[in-house]
Amino acid sequence: MEGTLNLVGFGLAAIGPGIATGLIFAAYINGVARQPEARSVLQPIAFLGFALAEALALFGLVLAFVL
Amino acid sequence: MGNVTRSSGEGGFVPPSSADFELPPIFGDNAYTTKPIFLVFLSIILISVFFILASRRAAIVPSKLQFAGESIYSFVRNDLARDVIGHDFLRFVPYLFTLFTFILVNNLFGIIPLLQFPTMSRVSFPYVLAVTIYLVFHYVGIRKQGAIKYFKEIMFMPGVPKAAYILITPLEILTFFVVRPATLALRLFANMFAGHLLLLVFILGGEHLLQGVIGLKLISPFAFIIGIALTFFEFMVQCLQAYIFTLLAALYIAGALADEH
Repeated sequence: MEGTLNLVGFGLAAIGPGIATGLIFAAYINGVARQPEARSVLQPIAFLGFALAEALALFGLVLAFVL
Repeated sequence: MGNVTRSSGEGGFVPPSSADFELPPIFGDNAYTTKPIFLVFLSIILISVFFILASRRAAIVPSKLQFAGESIYSFVRNDLARDVIGHDFLRFVPYLFTLFTFILVNNLFGIIPLLQFPTMSRVSFPYVLAVTIYLVFHYVGIRKQGAIKYFKEIMFMPGVPKAAYILITPLEILTFFVVRPATLALRLFANMFAGHLLLLVFILGGEHLLQGVIGLKLISPFAFIIGIALTFFEFMVQCLQAYIFTLLAALYIAGALADEH
């Protein structure tokens, strides 16, 4: 077996942002399903939250390669 | 193309790695003539030619080409710029439109046969795009609100208890000046990089199985089928990433334009 443990670490670190992204979009879909006309209001908020949550996964990815 | 020659050979299977993305220069040893650079120029030519042809002889009853060009334009104009930025969105449409088409075409190079290399999987290209957005949204914010008010609102969010500033101010500064541009670039890079690596794993793996004993040869079509399925998946991801990149750029501009954050 060869390779680096960093990638295992990245896999673990990606769990949190993965769940977070799922929750954000679940809430967004829920909101749009309940009130379709709120879509244009909810969309920026959902994507901003998604961007913030995914930032953590991206830090993990960068550190997996850098360290 | 560069990856085809690097097959597994008689040794064990060499899994694709980040070394597969460091392509050699095409002309001599001039480091500026690598494949991604030519792909960028090719993308500019393709986009320009397409939209010049699409907008030439514009008619009220549009031709097919004009219709295609206009639907892409109206998508960026209405769904991205107008819905996110609100009034005064028109002056950002050219920038957002350029971003969207440029990223989309460069991403799609990843699955177009013979080209098959997403330019954005080299991290310097997304970095440059993120730097332009960084400059644009800070410039817009400073122009709209004045430098002092703009930075004051970033650092000291109005409507927050005084004690919370100890926590919020460093976080906000970090968000606006480091995290936003960095994640914007890295998201695009990471998606293109990982997607291309995924395709390499299945296609090169299938090729390696094909060179094995008869039992392995029978398995290799499955690897190729998964590779083809993933190519379609990649197509979806590539369009989505171009969309998200442009959407976030529009969001950041909208945030800088808004009176309170």
